[in-house]
Amino acid sequence: MAQATPNTEKSKSRIGKFVSNVTFWRGVVAILVFLVLWEIGAQWKGWFGYMMPFVGKVAPPTDVIAIWMEVGQQSGYWLSWWLSSVRVFVGFLAAMIIGIPFGLAMAVNKYFRGIFFPPFEILRPIPPLAWVPASIIFWPTTEMSIMFITFLGAFYTIVINVLGGARSIDVQYLRAAQSMGASQWDLFSKIILPGTLPSIFVGAAVGMGITWEVVLAGEMMSGGGQQGGGGLGFFIWGSYMGGVMDQVIVGMISIGVAGYISSSLIRYLGHVCMPWRRMF
Amino acid sequence: MNTASAQANSTSSADAATKGAISIRNVTKIYDPGGVNVLAVEDCSIEIAPGEVCMIVGPSGCGKTTLLNAIAGFHSITSGQIDLDGKMLCGPGKPLADQGADRVVVFQNGALFPWKTLADNVAYGPIVQGTMTKAEAYGKAVDMLAEAGLSGVAGKYPGEVSSGMARRAEIVRALINDPKVLLLDEPYRAMDALTKSIMHESLLEVYDRTKVTIFFITHDLEEAIFLGDRVIVMTTRPARTKKIVDVKIERPRDYRLLSSEEFRVLVEETKGAVHEEAVKAFEAGERELA
Repeated sequence: MAQATPNTEKSKSRIGKFVSNVTFWRGVVAILVFLVLWEIGAQWKGWFGYMMPFVGKVAPPTDVIAIWMEVGQQSGYWLSWWLSSVRVFVGFLAAMIIGIPFGLAMAVNKYFRGIFFPPFEILRPIPPLAWVPASIIFWPTTEMSIMFITFLGAFYTIVINVLGGARSIDVQYLRAAQSMGASQWDLFSKIILPGTLPSIFVGAAVGMGITWEVVLAGEMMSGGGQQGGGGLGFFIWGSYMGGVMDQVIVGMISIGVAGYISSSLIRYLGHVCMPWRRMF
Repeated sequence: MNTASAQANSTSSADAATKGAISIRNVTKIYDPGGVNVLAVEDCSIEIAPGEVCMIVGPSGCGKTTLLNAIAGFHSITSGQIDLDGKMLCGPGKPLADQGADRVVVFQNGALFPWKTLADNVAYGPIVQGTMTKAEAYGKAVDMLAEAGLSGVAGKYPGEVSSGMARRAEIVRALINDPKVLLLDEPYRAMDALTKSIMHESLLEVYDRTKVTIFFITHDLEEAIFLGDRVIVMTTRPARTKKIVDVKIERPRDYRLLSSEEFRVLVEETKGAVHEEAVKAFEAGERELA
């Protein structure tokens, strides 16, 4: 108990510091200003007597919030959050687990690189969405085919970043280690791996963004599986089909929030794993 | 960690003065980038006595670093032979020397691992060589950093300390391996004059304590004469020895030397040779561009 007290105090003060930070309030103000502009744009049907594109066609934020309150009471909406998050998380995790060793292997072994880099580079430009039909045919369940799409979205970015990061490690670090008697394994585990970490996290952050982009498309195209809870992509598609535009916007913003939370988590993890970069 | 540091033994070794003789004999190095032969070093011979501070001076790109890389085992040589304490490092039949902790390199731009604290950086060598346990190595690293006046920053990352501290820590990282030879490749190049002079005194202090053989590449003539027992002026590419200047100034040396008459005479004597080669290198560069 006595040990727990300073800990909670520390975390409290950290949140306190965060909230009292000017940058934090700048962000809050920016979002509020954006909402106000949106409200004005949505309410003002014609600008100076002319029809403007978008203006007046999208529901104002006040309506969206009202609908959100309503939707938030339905379990289907939260199930959509859950389903999309699981698909993103599983695909992303698989991409990390396979992509990091794959990228490192290509970086350190020229034979491995010679064999696998060309096919990788041919497959890489194929958009994950182009894989949707093949994926539906190939995988036994819809769930697996969507996860495969999210996996592809993150995989290429992670591999390319790991490969580039590992290859751009300053040769002086390797030479210094070698001249101090490091073995091949020491070089790999103590130089190449930590030296690649920053690139791994860059790849993860970008890859995470892409998984959220593609999970929605995967859900929209595959129909999202179960009725009423097919993920946020299906939520948007279903709302559009049902003509409930306010709900479409709720879905859109939900994805934005989900993506922001995901990338914040990755940034936080990067912060924990790379203490030497905290001063930057 | 603290108990380990208390138990760790002292740094300097007793037999340090009797080792580290480097013999470079008729070494030639031809680079072959894309079929175009570049003669980097030609028939270069240098004998370095154990415990000598040998300064190598020469124009940019003349092949000084090629020589260092050959000793360290980073690059092969085309012909000739390099010995360390009578044993062949590289030579006929073995163009590339094995890399080893008996010849530790301190680099131009600094190569402390940014992801390790200074103490962990210093402890790296003994850990990967398996000569000490992690706790022992860490304890000794902390002790040696303290000896170098870096006790306050042992737990900091290289990015958090000044370049002068980082460079001092890097020399400590080299010395913990108890090397026979310290290979320094313009370690103080990017530093301001004031930091540089502090670095010089700290290196001399380390040298007086360990008497390790030092192979030191530099552009800075005054640095060369202030630190060295001998200054070897190299010709422009291909590198050969042009002039050898013996610096018979007593040790320990300090900054007062810089304003003495004998120091200035030596600088003048060397400057002529270096300038001549620098002009040649400059004109050769212009020809290549034309």
